[in-house]
Amino acid sequence: MNRNDKAVMLREKARELRKTALIMIHTAGSGHPGGSLSAADFMAALYFDELNIRPGDPTWPDRDRFVLSKGHVCPILYSSLALREYFPYETIYTLRKQGSILQGHPDMKVCPGVDISTGSLGQGLSTAVGMALAGKRDGRSYRVFCLVGDGECQEGQIWEAVQSAVKYELDNLVIIVDNNNLQNDNTCDVVMPTGDLRFKFEAFGCEAYGIDGHDMDQIVDVLETIRESEKKLPKVVVGKTVKGKGVSFMENVVMWHGMAPDKEQFDTAMKEVEEVTV
Amino acid sequence: MTGKATRDAYGEAILELGRENKDIYVVDADIGKSCKTVPFSRELPGQHVNVGIAEQNACGVAAGLATCGKIPFVTTYAVFGSMRMSEQIRQEVCYPKLNVKIACSHGGFTPANDGASHQGVEDMGVLRSIPGMTVLMPADYYAAKKLVKAAADYKGAVYLRFTRDPVPFIYDEDAEFEIGKAYKLKEGKDVAIIANGDIMSVALKAAEELEAKGHSVRLLDMHTIKPLDEEAVNACIDEIGKIITVEDHNILNGLGSAVCEMVAEKGKGIVKRIGIRDQFGESAPYEYLLEKNGITVDNIVKSAERMFR
Repeated sequence: MNRNDKAVMLREKARELRKTALIMIHTAGSGHPGGSLSAADFMAALYFDELNIRPGDPTWPDRDRFVLSKGHVCPILYSSLALREYFPYETIYTLRKQGSILQGHPDMKVCPGVDISTGSLGQGLSTAVGMALAGKRDGRSYRVFCLVGDGECQEGQIWEAVQSAVKYELDNLVIIVDNNNLQNDNTCDVVMPTGDLRFKFEAFGCEAYGIDGHDMDQIVDVLETIRESEKKLPKVVVGKTVKGKGVSFMENVVMWHGMAPDKEQFDTAMKEVEEVTV
Repeated sequence: MTGKATRDAYGEAILELGRENKDIYVVDADIGKSCKTVPFSRELPGQHVNVGIAEQNACGVAAGLATCGKIPFVTTYAVFGSMRMSEQIRQEVCYPKLNVKIACSHGGFTPANDGASHQGVEDMGVLRSIPGMTVLMPADYYAAKKLVKAAADYKGAVYLRFTRDPVPFIYDEDAEFEIGKAYKLKEGKDVAIIANGDIMSVALKAAEELEAKGHSVRLLDMHTIKPLDEEAVNACIDEIGKIITVEDHNILNGLGSAVCEMVAEKGKGIVKRIGIRDQFGESAPYEYLLEKNGITVDNIVKSAERMFR
C-alpha cells in the first residue's frame, strides 16, 4: 500500500474508532469521550498499521505491547480491540456493565488484548518500562507503546519512569503523549502548566518528536522515523491534539472529559464524525 | 546472643534463587547495600534492576517485568515498600494478580537508632488491607531463608518483612515453613501465645518462664498474618480460649487485630494484644522501644497470669 493510500485507510479507521467509542459511551451512559477522541488518530495508526500483534493469540510472547497509561480513555482502546476482532464487536454494548470484560478502566485479567490494567494515572509508563526491559534482557524484538496524557505528566512517577527508560537504553519503548491541554478540572495551563513536554522529555534524554496528533501523514512519518532510528534512546512523540476532536461541541470543552452524550447529542456527534472528509 | 539479621537471610536466599532460576529478578531502589542484594547485583547483573530513589517506579517496573514471566523482588525498606508504593502495589500488582514480591528490610523497631521515619510500624497492616496480598514476617534467619524461597514458589503478590538488626536463632536449617501455616513451637493447654518476626524470641522466653511456673503454653509462630492460619487460631480458641498476641507492629491492623477478628466472630475466647501502642518510635535502643510499648517477657507473663485468675 502506498503512503497516500495508507493514510487514507488509517483516517477511515480513525473515523470507525471514534464512532465505536461514541456508541460505547452513549450506551454505557458514562465514560470519557474527550480523551478518547483526541487519541483516536494515534490509535488507528497503531492498531491498523504499526503494532505487530496477533488478535487471535493475544498473549503471543513476541507481540508488541500497548499500555494505555491514561486508562480512563479505554473506550478508544476497546474500539481498537473490537475492530481488530480481539472479541466480538457486539461486546462494545457492555462497556461499564456488570460482568463485562470492558470494565470502566482496563482489566487485563478479563479483556483480551489488554497488556496491563491501568486507571490510576502516572503508573502505566513504569509497567511499560518493565515490559521493554524484559524484552531487551530476553533478546526479543518486540516494542512497547505507551499512551500517556499531558495532564498525567503532572504525576512525578512519569518522570521516574522516563529516567529508568533512559538509563536502560530502552530504544524499544515508544511513549506517545496525547497533548490535548485539557484535564478533569480545567485546561492544563490553569490547573498545572505542563510546559513544553517535547523539550522536557528531550532534557531527560529521550529522542523526542513534536507533531500534529491529528495529521495522519505526520503520524505515519514519525512512526517510520522512530522505527528506523538507531539511537539507543527511548522514543517520545508529543502529539498536539484537540480534546473531543471530531465532534464540534465537544472540542476543547472541559466538561466532555468525563460525560456521556444524551440521545440528541449522540446523533449529532455521529453525524459529524461520519461527515468528515477523509 | 547468637543470631543474624533476617535481611542477611534474604540476601543469601535471593542469590541462591537467582542462580537456579533466570526469571528471578531483583528491583532495587538504591538501598541494595542495606537490603543485602549487592551480591545478587554483582553475580547476576542481567537479572538486576536499580531504578534509583524511585520506589513507585520500582513497583511499576516490577509489574511490567511480571507480565513477561519474570518473578521480581522489589527490595527496599518496610516504610517505603508498604507506603510510598502502596497504591502501585494495589493497582499494578494485586488488582491484575501479578507475580511480584515486595521484600523489605527495617521492619518494626529493628532500625532502632534510625528513628521513626525508618521504623515500619504500620506496614503489615497497610498491606493486609489490599485484596490478594500475602503478608509475612519470618522469625529468624533460618525461617527467613525458607520463606523467601516459599514466596518465590508462590504464585502471586507477597510482602516479606525482615529485620535490620540481628535476631536470635530460633530454628535450625531443617525446620520447614509453609506460607499461611503457623509453626507450632510449643504445645500447651493453659494459654496460647501467638507471635511473629523479631519478637518471637521474646515470646519464647515468656513461654519458658510461664512453663517454669507450672503453666502449659501453646506457642505459635504466625509468620503469615495474611492469609491467616484460621485452623490454628480456631484450635487456640476452641481448645484453650486464652490468647496473647505479640508483635513488633502497631496493635492496630497487624497480627493481634487479625486474631481478634476471628475471636470476635466466634463469640468466645479472650485476647490480649501486645504490640506497638499506636505510636511512633524514636531514635533509641531497640530494647527501650519495646519496653516503652510493653513488648516484654514480663508483660507477657503478667498478662497470662491475669488471664488465669
